[in-house]
Amino acid sequence: MPISRRRLLAAGGGFAAAGALAAGCGNNTGRGGSGSGGGPMLSHWYHEYGEMGAEQAVQRYADAYRKAKVTIQWRPGNYDQQTAAALLTDSGPDVFEVNGPTIDQIQGRQILDLTEQIAPVRHDFHHAVLATKVHYGRVWAIPQVIDTQLLYYRKSMLRRAGVEPPRTVDELADAARKLTSDKVKGLFLGNDGGAGTLGGLPLYAAGLSVVTEDGKVGFDDPAAARVLGVLRRMYAQKSLLLGAPTDWSDPSAFTQGLTAMQWSGLWVLPRVREILGDDFGVLPFPRYGEHGAPAVPVGAYGAAVSARTKHPRAAKDYVKWLWVDRTSYQEDFALNYGFHIPARLSLAERAKKLRHGAAAEAVRLATEHGHAEPLLWTTAAKNAYQDALSRIIRSGADPERELRSVVRRTEEELHRVTARDKRRTHTRNTENPADGKQKKPTNKQKKG
Amino acid sequence: MLRNLLGRQNRTLWFWVFVGPFAIGLGLFTYVPLAWSLYLSFFDAHNTVTPHDFVGFGNYTALLRDGDFTGSLGTFVVFSAFIVPATFVLSLALALAINRLRFAQAFFRSVFFLPTACSYVVAALIWKLSIFNGVRFGLANTVLGWFGGDDVAWLSSTSPPWYWLVIVTVRLWLQAGFYMVLFLAGLQRIPAPLYEAAAVDGARPGWQTFRHITFPALRATSVAVVLLLVINAFQSFDEFYNLLSSSRGYPPYARPPLVYLYYTALGQGQNLGYGSAGAMLLALLIAVVTVVQARWFGLGKKED
Repeated sequence: MPISRRRLLAAGGGFAAAGALAAGCGNNTGRGGSGSGGGPMLSHWYHEYGEMGAEQAVQRYADAYRKAKVTIQWRPGNYDQQTAAALLTDSGPDVFEVNGPTIDQIQGRQILDLTEQIAPVRHDFHHAVLATKVHYGRVWAIPQVIDTQLLYYRKSMLRRAGVEPPRTVDELADAARKLTSDKVKGLFLGNDGGAGTLGGLPLYAAGLSVVTEDGKVGFDDPAAARVLGVLRRMYAQKSLLLGAPTDWSDPSAFTQGLTAMQWSGLWVLPRVREILGDDFGVLPFPRYGEHGAPAVPVGAYGAAVSARTKHPRAAKDYVKWLWVDRTSYQEDFALNYGFHIPARLSLAERAKKLRHGAAAEAVRLATEHGHAEPLLWTTAAKNAYQDALSRIIRSGADPERELRSVVRRTEEELHRVTARDKRRTHTRNTENPADGKQKKPTNKQKKG
Repeated sequence: MLRNLLGRQNRTLWFWVFVGPFAIGLGLFTYVPLAWSLYLSFFDAHNTVTPHDFVGFGNYTALLRDGDFTGSLGTFVVFSAFIVPATFVLSLALALAINRLRFAQAFFRSVFFLPTACSYVVAALIWKLSIFNGVRFGLANTVLGWFGGDDVAWLSSTSPPWYWLVIVTVRLWLQAGFYMVLFLAGLQRIPAPLYEAAAVDGARPGWQTFRHITFPALRATSVAVVLLLVINAFQSFDEFYNLLSSSRGYPPYARPPLVYLYYTALGQGQNLGYGSAGAMLLALLIAVVTVVQARWFGLGKKED
């Protein structure tokens, strides 16, 4: 069989590519090297915080830990996708921060139970935030820092337009209309018109919820369609800023005067204050209807332990050390780089930076009106809701009809996860697999 | 025995030395994932690649009833209806124009080919952030402003669906040069005596010559170009994702199949069974389309 030069090159190229790929996979898992420092090797993943010094800080914390050699991985890009894929393999992290966890990660036994680790201070965590990490009383991740979102408004622009800070959703729509001119838009809810960042918040403002505490659909109610209809009205009357170069999570559109009001994170507050001085205020998402109440979202990345770790005991001890015992680090991490609220109530109360002005107001709102996305609000249900909200706002779809199909989808999802829970409880009673598996290697690791 | 195994002049040995690594790579990175994906598609596989809950064809029936998935196929059809003819016409026109040039041919060929070297991600970001952003200082809105038009939120508004303009133009800009080169190669292979004979027979230069000589002679190239364009449109992901996704997900419009499945299977959703079933359906679909197209155009037949 004659082999032409071209073929030879193709085969060689394929080989080289395969080699490069393999090398790419093998690298950088944080498991390489010999554990010279004594104790097991742990790899700890963080998503990339855009804040100066945060990476060095977590590195410093890790270096200070004596009982294990901890390597930090700072992962830019789609962090959720990366961890989700890594958790399916043995080369994933031992400890990682998780934007969740999701109910499927818990039910799929991808992460370990941290109830014992958090037990001594469990009451000290922000209640609504901790609730999203709890399934049947067991805690699956330890909240790190709380993030919340607020409505920022330019006091001078409102004064000039003769507009009071809005206290209801309808007032918000009116204010946005009055503040809109040919150069400045009234309100910025993100380049998609608010579907992404607001999510279920308008439902909470109307006194509803996405999933109730007893696990039912929380928005099967005419008020839901009505409050979402107001969002459509704002879009249709062209009061919303759309297509800005930066999205809602960045304060540029607000500080550059492209919009008079912007929905954004607490994290932008220092920059807004630096640029605008006292010319801004913060508000919650205003209430809607008689049963409504103002609302802000709260959420927290949690520290979780992968179920595939080879050192479960050491990993749990490390998480407890960092996120339960070392309160000085927790305070440092929350306040010295970015601007977050410590997840521990005692620390949030003590923090000086959170005592005055807009920051103090943000803390009050997060404590009194904070809503976190319930664990049972699954990704599939959330995506269906977000699609519907986007269609309502941007395409003028009928809110009632759109919500009906989301209610159906959410019911299916709730049914799916509760059915899985029942199956799991059944297996647990008969063979008791989870506990035995976790405890076996622990004794060895403690000494090693 | 060993001699037999190695073959005459060690040919069998050398065959495997050269082919083996490639075959292993192909098997490991293409066929194993394919088979695994097929396996997963029959399970309720949330957050796992070693599932237990067998659901038969449940994922497939759910997919076919899923309006979002069928809608994404519709998106693909609309997208190819725009991009395939547009690229075809533009790249053919460029090739014809450049082929007639007496001087600076190499220069213009390079100029039009250059965008091919640009990454989809970079181009998408430039389109999104500087040309088609929705505020008054975006390039497109500045031009609109000269004529007294209002600012348009190109990627954020759905009526009228301006986002198609952005999506189609970015791909057009990126790929037209590449197909232009294919057409140029085709044009240069057309024998000159053919044109001379046509001129003798009284064919007018211009449309008549193009219609009866150039275009039929380009048949093989045209078929390959259309096939490549359709397959590329099927695989489109980068520009859609980078133009329209935000940190909170992807809007429910202009969502081609790969983007939809990406969010279902690889995002926080991690519904790998459902995603695999979708991938299987897509693979089936693209196979059918390719076979039908190849049959229809007579791809691979010996040219007369």
